[in-house]
Amino acid sequence: MSPLDATRTPASGAGHAVTDHDHGGHHASPTPIGFWIYLMSDCIIFGALFATYAVLGYGYAGGPGPKDLFEPGFVAVETALLLFSSITFGLAMLQADKGKRDGTLMWLAVTGVLGLGFIAMEVYEFRHLVHIGAGPDRSAFLSAFFALVGTHGLHVTAGTIWLVTLMVQIGMHGLIGANMRRLGTLSMFWHFLDLIWIGVFSFVYLVRLV
Amino acid sequence: MSTNMTQPSETLSPIFGRLSLDWIPYHEPILIGTFAGVALGGLLVLGLMTYFRLWVPLWKNWITTVDHKKIGIMYMVLGFIMMVRGFADALMMRAQQAMAAGGAEGYLPPHHFDQVFTAHGVIMIFFVAMAFVTGIMNYVMPLQIGARDVAFPFLNNFSFWMTVAGALLVNISLFIGEFARVGWLAFPPLSGSAFSHGPGVDYYLWALQIAGVGTTLSGINLIATILKMRAPGMKMMDMPIFAWTSLITNVLIVISFPVLTATLALLTLDRYLGFHFFTNDFGGNAMMYINLIWIWGHPEVYILIIPCFGVFSEIVSTFSGKPIFGYKTMVWATACIMVLSFVVWLHHFFTMGSGANVNTFFGITTMIIAVPTGVKIFNWLFTMYKGRVRLEVPMLWTIGFLITFTIGGMTGVLLAVPPVDFQLHNTLFLIAHFHNVIIGGVVFAVYAAVTYWWPKAFGFKLSEKWGRRSFWFWFVGFYFAFMPLYALGLMGATRRVNMYPDAGWQPYFIVAAFGAFLILLGIVCTFINFYVSIMNRKALACGNDPWDGRTLEWATQSPPAPYNFPQEIHVRGREEFWRMKQEGFAWSKDYAPIHMPKGTATGALLAAGALVFGFAMVWYIWWLAIASFLGMLIIGIGHTFNYNRDYYIPVDEVAETEAKGALA
Amino acid sequence: MSEHSQHGSHGTMGRLMVGFALAAILTIIPFALVMGEVEMERTTLIGIIMGLGAVQIIVHLVYFLHVSGDSEEGWTLGSTLLALIILGIVLAGSLWVMHNMNENMMPQHDMDKMMNLQSQQG
Repeated sequence: MSPLDATRTPASGAGHAVTDHDHGGHHASPTPIGFWIYLMSDCIIFGALFATYAVLGYGYAGGPGPKDLFEPGFVAVETALLLFSSITFGLAMLQADKGKRDGTLMWLAVTGVLGLGFIAMEVYEFRHLVHIGAGPDRSAFLSAFFALVGTHGLHVTAGTIWLVTLMVQIGMHGLIGANMRRLGTLSMFWHFLDLIWIGVFSFVYLVRLV
Repeated sequence: MSTNMTQPSETLSPIFGRLSLDWIPYHEPILIGTFAGVALGGLLVLGLMTYFRLWVPLWKNWITTVDHKKIGIMYMVLGFIMMVRGFADALMMRAQQAMAAGGAEGYLPPHHFDQVFTAHGVIMIFFVAMAFVTGIMNYVMPLQIGARDVAFPFLNNFSFWMTVAGALLVNISLFIGEFARVGWLAFPPLSGSAFSHGPGVDYYLWALQIAGVGTTLSGINLIATILKMRAPGMKMMDMPIFAWTSLITNVLIVISFPVLTATLALLTLDRYLGFHFFTNDFGGNAMMYINLIWIWGHPEVYILIIPCFGVFSEIVSTFSGKPIFGYKTMVWATACIMVLSFVVWLHHFFTMGSGANVNTFFGITTMIIAVPTGVKIFNWLFTMYKGRVRLEVPMLWTIGFLITFTIGGMTGVLLAVPPVDFQLHNTLFLIAHFHNVIIGGVVFAVYAAVTYWWPKAFGFKLSEKWGRRSFWFWFVGFYFAFMPLYALGLMGATRRVNMYPDAGWQPYFIVAAFGAFLILLGIVCTFINFYVSIMNRKALACGNDPWDGRTLEWATQSPPAPYNFPQEIHVRGREEFWRMKQEGFAWSKDYAPIHMPKGTATGALLAAGALVFGFAMVWYIWWLAIASFLGMLIIGIGHTFNYNRDYYIPVDEVAETEAKGALA
Repeated sequence: MSEHSQHGSHGTMGRLMVGFALAAILTIIPFALVMGEVEMERTTLIGIIMGLGAVQIIVHLVYFLHVSGDSEEGWTLGSTLLALIILGIVLAGSLWVMHNMNENMMPQHDMDKMMNLQSQQG
């Protein structure tokens, strides 16, 4: 799930330090900055979707608008789930920094459960909207809403699959260098999704309820 | 009018989706002829490969390779193959328009002509120009910064095969179904499901999305390479200009391609799930698509041209025997272009009707962006000034570029004036302008780069004689082919029409067709050049540094060993290799084992999965789409369970490889 | 543990909790404003919600994603700023361009008139 994983830090051996300058040596791993650049490009995908929502978000085509559809209490619970999952991921990272495998896995599991709870709520919301005739084919406003929130939801789903994969790998190999690097990138991804969600709850939901 | 009469009726089978035998164009003689040619040629290649037992080497040394040099070469091969396809489309259009005057219909009916110009644009931009510049950056940039490979070697392989998967999907559309008939940017509502419900636009969407994944990931990879893998001591301001232009190009890729991805995804949702982003009804707005796609589209033209500026900078400096004039202004001019390219996009649709204030803003920014480009032209001229200029083939292309690109740039500034644009919008004047900058800029740069770095990649030079022939045919052919289009545009000839009533235009179109024929000879000379040079490779063999180069790629063997450099280079400033040569440099014999990434088939397998997925989505074969998606997921996750991804080249092998290089 | 020390610190418990507290406050205020139906000028309220969102994004960047001028020789911060500039251009530019087009090409009051005419004729 993390194609940006550079090759593993090599086992130390005699004479490597001289020539082994790509992977290890004095070149620090390119993975963190590479993944960060990926996140920035992902951020611009969301930017285009936000722009679409901003421009087309008032095209109701005679259909329901935000005040008919959005429930701030529901969104608040979704927001809380994501924020708590960010914290539990932070706790997992702190455990990993201390080299505690079981503690890391435990907090990762909590994070995963919170993530699943968020996805379940979003699926429920989407189903409900489609059920009452406010599906994405109803108006440009709803198209833009489903595309933006749905893209975020797909990211959380991908993050959850990655999380489970990484938990298995940490279980198999422990907190070795490669797994620590993956944990670091997944952590960035997870916090990034929470950050995007700030934009979603502010700009997509709350502002339109004023 | 939305469908032509040959369009098969829409029935959905659970196994084949909407794909039926009616979609095989066996009633079109041109396509059958092409198919027969491709099939026979393909069988011949397969037969020869089996006869010479090349399958295993192909798999081991090329398909699964993670070596940036081999991947770079494969990008170039892809670019040349697709250039033949795209150029065939160009010849067809020129031939059609040379005939179809004053009531004559020519030989291409509209529905075919529309596919031809769409395919020409898509192929030339995404699979020729992009493949070429990515290939050159992949091959040259890591060598120039003294790196062993790119930051993420596996990702590089994956990116390449995704680009190939996209290219294959476009070519499949030639024989199964049809390609889009909507122009290279597929503007809605024409490209929406209401007006284009065949598979053509879907082929377009999935091909670009699949290739776009590759392009974006390759951009991230090359940025990380420049930021993290430079030889010790090499500061950013020590990098060769080409490395700088690579960095800025890839930054542009990473910040603009996401917009394309999002825009095409929205159109896909419109077409597949009945969303209403760009429809005429239910609150949609087609102009939003045009706004979004040009936010990507304008930076895209700079993505194509900026690495070419880098190529010319290297060549001018080498063949003038001087450091590049104004290194810092070169870097800053490129950085300015990067930012400015994001605030000019509306000049592609001045006629949309955003009003005088908006048009004025974007007109002025467009004129401003010509300034840093002008700075560069002067830098190249001053580099040549008082230098000992050697007029070898790469330099010939460079001078051809300076002249042609300047003309193209000036017609661009003309178009930046909104009232002028209202007159010339959608005319052949525009077509002439962008071919003027893309052929004069990108194509000339690719030819220059291929001639310049070929000796590095293969250890022998290309034939000078055939190189010059190729240049003159291209150069003269270009002016014959496109100067008439400027005139036609001023007379009011619009683009994308397969016939025209005014027979007075015909002479111009015939001259343009003649120009295209000259360019064809230029392309033929290119391939003859490759053939003749490979046959004469013993006589054309050259050392590691055939052009008296100034940058690090000339410090290593030709062709370079898999590890690029036997020892790491400690860089002390700009033009390190020049300094090393003055000091009488030689590699030390004190080798150490070299750490290398292993090859892997995962990239090619994932891309094959993406190709099947794209095909299944185009034809609504849902079971296959699900199966191939799950397959990709399993292969991708499976790959992460492989922790054994590297190995060491032992000292003996390094010593042996280096000794061989010293003999050659 | 030396194996991954190169990846830098993933923060401390204290930082994490400060970030959590700030994020929680910055989330609760806008929700309370909307759910409590506070009497306020509409544009002011929108400004407050968007402003708090922007502040919270910075909080996340600093406390959870550890973006600072020091990490990766400043490339992390630099790429973040560039992404923000591009986001600003895409958002503001699209709104400006599309708004002006709607004003010029299909003014709402003309549309209303057309609709009225149609409905009268119909």
